[in-house]
Amino acid sequence: MDAPSSLIQDSANRLFAEHITTALRVDAEAGQFPHALWNAVEEAGLTRALLPEAAGGFGIGAAEALSLMAVAGAHAAPIPLAETMLAGWMLAQAGLDMPDGVLSIAPVRLSDRLTIDAAGRVTGTAARIPWGRDAACIVVLAQRDAENIVALVPASAVTVTAGQNIAREPRDTLVFGGIALAHGAAAVTADQVHLLGAALRSQQIAGALGRVIETTTQYAGDRIQFGRPIGKFQAIQHHLAIVAAHHAAAAAAADGAAEAVEAGLRPLPIAAAKLRTGEAAGIAAGLAHQIHGAIGFTYEHHLHFLTKRLWSWRDEFGAEPEWAARLGRHFAAAGADALWAEITAA
Amino acid sequence: MSMISFPPPPPCPEAEELRAEVRAFLRTELAGLPPQIRAESWMGADKEFSRKVAERGWIAMTWPKQYGGHERSALERYVVLEEMLAAGAPVGYHWVADRQSGPLILRAGTEAMRQKVLPQIAAGTCGFCIGMSEPDSGSDLAATRTRATPVDGGFRVNGTKLWTSGAHRADYMILFCRTGPGERHEGTSQLLVDLHNTPGLTIRGVRALSGERHFNECVFTDAFIPEDAVIGKLGDGWAQVTSELAYERSGPERFLSTFVLLVELLRALGPNPSERAAIAIGRITAHIIALRRMSRSVAGMLQAGKNPALEAAMVKELGNNLEQELPEIARSLIESEPDATSTQDYVAVLAHDMMYAPSFSLRGGTREILRGMIARGLGLR
Repeated sequence: MDAPSSLIQDSANRLFAEHITTALRVDAEAGQFPHALWNAVEEAGLTRALLPEAAGGFGIGAAEALSLMAVAGAHAAPIPLAETMLAGWMLAQAGLDMPDGVLSIAPVRLSDRLTIDAAGRVTGTAARIPWGRDAACIVVLAQRDAENIVALVPASAVTVTAGQNIAREPRDTLVFGGIALAHGAAAVTADQVHLLGAALRSQQIAGALGRVIETTTQYAGDRIQFGRPIGKFQAIQHHLAIVAAHHAAAAAAADGAAEAVEAGLRPLPIAAAKLRTGEAAGIAAGLAHQIHGAIGFTYEHHLHFLTKRLWSWRDEFGAEPEWAARLGRHFAAAGADALWAEITAA
Repeated sequence: MSMISFPPPPPCPEAEELRAEVRAFLRTELAGLPPQIRAESWMGADKEFSRKVAERGWIAMTWPKQYGGHERSALERYVVLEEMLAAGAPVGYHWVADRQSGPLILRAGTEAMRQKVLPQIAAGTCGFCIGMSEPDSGSDLAATRTRATPVDGGFRVNGTKLWTSGAHRADYMILFCRTGPGERHEGTSQLLVDLHNTPGLTIRGVRALSGERHFNECVFTDAFIPEDAVIGKLGDGWAQVTSELAYERSGPERFLSTFVLLVELLRALGPNPSERAAIAIGRITAHIIALRRMSRSVAGMLQAGKNPALEAAMVKELGNNLEQELPEIARSLIESEPDATSTQDYVAVLAHDMMYAPSFSLRGGTREILRGMIARGLGLR
């Protein structure tokens, strides 16, 4: 999202800057949901960015809507904005209205499966559900026979077992056993939900990487050792150059994924982006910590709010090997002589 | 959010039509060309092929028509470049002239020079080499020692240029040298040297570790170069040479040098590779997809008249790493011993790329120089 930023990106950036403090992130890690931040985000309409104007959206393209998650990622925003956007999109695919409030989605793992009966009762278990404990409703993709059904399930219809990612964002196991508030057949598949989730996470990672390079460059300019800023040492400069290059590649890949969402969820650029951003995340987080030294390893310093998210997000909605295998199988099946044509058409 | 950004590549529907034409041309022209020859990538040269490319209007694509150019966009040119590289076309004869020497002459050359040289480049009948590096001036280009001393009607040149790729088949060199007083960046100029008609110039081959001749040592001993050979203003050499480097670094040749190996690796793995092999192939292709987007973004910036030197350095840094990684990944997937004389395509291409890989992060600016440029872009220098 580095390109000329839009009005919507700018206003989201201001909103996050105004509301998100270190104290808020610390409280969120301790389990306090940031309601004031969430209300501001909802009032600004960010949760509906992927929806058409008639449903409360801004009337912007999906690519620009996704770019808001890079802004949120840069601020390490401890809220389920991506998940709520994704939930709203799933509801829209089934022609259902999106309620206000915190939403999450299920399942998020390809191996988990939920079913729904004719009466609208959803059953099954879904693990690693973001903010499962805080969501007013969970939007699920469930199967009835071979049909895909999107259902809006109230919190009262799920049992929650708490879990978390290493950024201490809730990642809960939900056992479903109640009636949905609404449900409808949808042309949406589990693969599409997975792809959109991967594109959203790619943007979050790219945004967080942008902030990592900023904050680390700043630190290297401020920290004095051997009588000069450590950023004057070639070894540190080269580390930062590597981080900057990986950030640029991650941002380019994530932008490609956002465009691919807008073009109808074309899988290859999204697969490439989740892989590329995930790889950049590990390299950049490692070097950022190396440059920050011991202070960056403390809870007190803010770097970890970014790096712990990078280490978490890269594994969510498919880690690098999953997307790499998918790409690899695609290109192998197409054959060596079609490789270049397939890459340019991706 | 960071200071260095790659705007989305502008859409260019004409470029996609052009892509189909280039592919059809390459299918015909390169039919039967073995992979081990294709693996030479832009180091491979074939004058007849360059002439045919020129006939199609695919050299000098963005230059004014009055100099033989075709006034097409940087994005259309980008498509031609990447299609040529992906196919392993022998573009080496015209590559440097089209990429940087021609644009430099167009920008800074005299009118007479433009009228004489540019149409020849556009016709694919004129090749260039780059006279920058010297025995004691590698990454430190400002340490250049070759000196052109003013004499009646021109200059007397003494000094040695080294690692000059393609000098043995080129027609001209752009010589970076000292023409005036001053140290380091000061007093430097660029001269157009006619390689067929410069007494006192000796070109000797320097064999690469593969045993092949790609680069040369060019020794100037009291060589006379006429005064009308000065490109731009005397003393402007440093500014010109650094802007030339942006062109040298910005293209897809900085991440597609080993693409032929990827094709042969995929062929050797077959349509149902192991999980481990699929993951490795997928990872490489994801990197290429990201680099293509960055590189097309650079083409878009060139089209918009910007100077994306820093962005080009990033593409080259990441691209070189990928190019160099590929032979290592390949050998982890298929058990074989690289052999340049093998009749097995994959094995021969692997041998070629294994031996050329070290050059990728040396030529056109070393990895260390590029990282320094990026650090400067971050404000650290």
